[in-house]
Amino acid sequence: MKAFAKYGAVALMLAAMTGCGDKGGADKAADAGKTAGALTIGFSQIGSESGWRAAETKLAKSEAEKRGITLKVSDAQQQQANQIKAIRSFIAQGVDAILLAPVISSGWDEVLGEAKAANIPVVLLDRQIDTADASLYLSAVTSDTVEEGRVAGRWLVSTLAGRDCRVVEIQGTIGASLVANRKKGFEEGISTAANVQIVRTQSGEFTRAKGKEVMEGFIKAEAPGSICAVYAHNDDMMIGAIQAMKEAGLKPGSDILAVSIDAVPDIFKAMADGDANATVELTPDMASRAYDLLAAYKKDGTQPPKWVQTPSTLYLPDTAAAEYERRKDLY
Amino acid sequence: MRINARTLPFLATLGVFILLYAVCAIQYPSMLSARVIGNLLTDNAFLGVLAVGMTFVILSGGIDLSVGAVMGFTTVALAVMIEGAGLHPLVSFAIVLVGGAAFGCGVGAAIHWLKAPPFIVTLTAMFLARGAALLLSTDSIPVRHEFYQTLSDLSLSLPGGGRLGLIAMLMLLAFVVGGVLLHFTRAGLRVYALGGNARFAGLMGIDTARTTILVYGVSSTMAALAGIIFSLYTRSGYALTGVGVELDAIAAVVIGGTLLSGGVGGMAGSLIGVLIQGLILTWITFDGSLSSWWTKIAIGMLLFIFIGLQRLILQFSAPTGRTG
Repeated sequence: MKAFAKYGAVALMLAAMTGCGDKGGADKAADAGKTAGALTIGFSQIGSESGWRAAETKLAKSEAEKRGITLKVSDAQQQQANQIKAIRSFIAQGVDAILLAPVISSGWDEVLGEAKAANIPVVLLDRQIDTADASLYLSAVTSDTVEEGRVAGRWLVSTLAGRDCRVVEIQGTIGASLVANRKKGFEEGISTAANVQIVRTQSGEFTRAKGKEVMEGFIKAEAPGSICAVYAHNDDMMIGAIQAMKEAGLKPGSDILAVSIDAVPDIFKAMADGDANATVELTPDMASRAYDLLAAYKKDGTQPPKWVQTPSTLYLPDTAAAEYERRKDLY
Repeated sequence: MRINARTLPFLATLGVFILLYAVCAIQYPSMLSARVIGNLLTDNAFLGVLAVGMTFVILSGGIDLSVGAVMGFTTVALAVMIEGAGLHPLVSFAIVLVGGAAFGCGVGAAIHWLKAPPFIVTLTAMFLARGAALLLSTDSIPVRHEFYQTLSDLSLSLPGGGRLGLIAMLMLLAFVVGGVLLHFTRAGLRVYALGGNARFAGLMGIDTARTTILVYGVSSTMAALAGIIFSLYTRSGYALTGVGVELDAIAAVVIGGTLLSGGVGGMAGSLIGVLIQGLILTWITFDGSLSSWWTKIAIGMLLFIFIGLQRLILQFSAPTGRTG
């Protein structure tokens, strides 16, 4: 019996150590920040499933630091339940504001209602939610995914300068609203030009491997030399498509124009090498806009617009090398 | 309570929980607030209900990998029935509970009569349930029925802005009913006997078929109840709800002092096991600078320690077991 007690005690101590280490220092720092009048903001992030999302978290942290904001980040590991738990914990802690990048669109009414009851403003990042009560959140900072497609389409039209062009399109995962929007935007962008038409479209599921496969199919299906441009819904699929073009003996960037969306570091590398022609940025810097509108709201109650759109900037090969350097550590 | 090989794991778990809470409270005094305690019970209600079912299964010497998928299926099925077919939520609840029970009984029957390992049979059940959920809908479906609103507004107010929601009360009720069933009825005794030694239990005249079917029936019913709770919690249905949550439930049961090999353990420990997991996540969120993946690492270490502890206890108690 004594032996049990002894091992039990050891186990207890070990377990206690694994649970809560000494983080007193960080807590004190947070308290000090508070007395200085700075904001404490909780950020419920979806996860770290892609380079883009990791960059979004990194920028949220560094921008918070610049502004003297104490940021508490919770990675939800793709689970809505974890996001709800995190928001509840933020409310219990009495943070000044909450940022939420929602993993799915529905199911937020109750927990956001609690935040509202506690007078804590919530700003949605990079995705909208499906709710009947828009007063549950202060504002949503997202990109305009239709505009992204439009920018890509307009670029193609102006680059061609009236030349006839058969475009192939590599879509993202079917069913996502993002995909429908990027498709619609591109179609709007080229609608003014009768010389440009989409001749084939297929899903590459947002991955490099699938993008390559789809492009290989396009090259086989179309008469040699008849494809003039490829539009991919994201850069990863384009990088796959570039490989497919090279393997087929074509020169991407000159034989076939290449335009895609996202502006991840690797596409800048491809542009610097002359393999791609343009990309439209989906900026990972969502948080800084949220901080600015929260600061204004806290200061004198300025109501921000319900939807803040981040700009969809077009990047071309001339700045590619510099942009690659700027981004490579972020992702 | 007398300290012996059976109660020591539970006492160790309780000790860990109290110690953990004390350390957290010293660091963040607001963690002692009724709001945090209310959150802890409400946010982990679905996991607690799963752990009740899982306690039965593990005590009987089995495992049930299908509970997370059954829970996910239930949330989608409820959303489709209420929003799509216009059924009243109470009718839908009854349908999913009966459906869950039937599904679990089928799993139990397959395990008993096919003499297949529970791991394989429940893995099959997991694929079936998750696949069926995704067939129903790949989107998340909001449930806007007024009755849902009424149910989620039902709560006991705690001092300091906290509240104990209906789903937390349902979870506590599940533990009480499960505990009574397990510890004070003949059926409960049969579960222990089955987990202690299935062949011996059969020789002693225990109906192992009935007990196995009961155990998996209870587990799936609890999974369906967890689905109802999750559906009320988020007021929506989504097919990928609860991916991997069966493993959290198993971890809660083992941390709670139940032997993975069956026959030893109890219901109360599983509740503490659930709360320990919730507490670690709450602490990491309060801290805000650590990656929440540390929760998994902490749980892994706790599991490891508890399995080691159980091994030691088994070794020490083996001689007395033989003579007595």
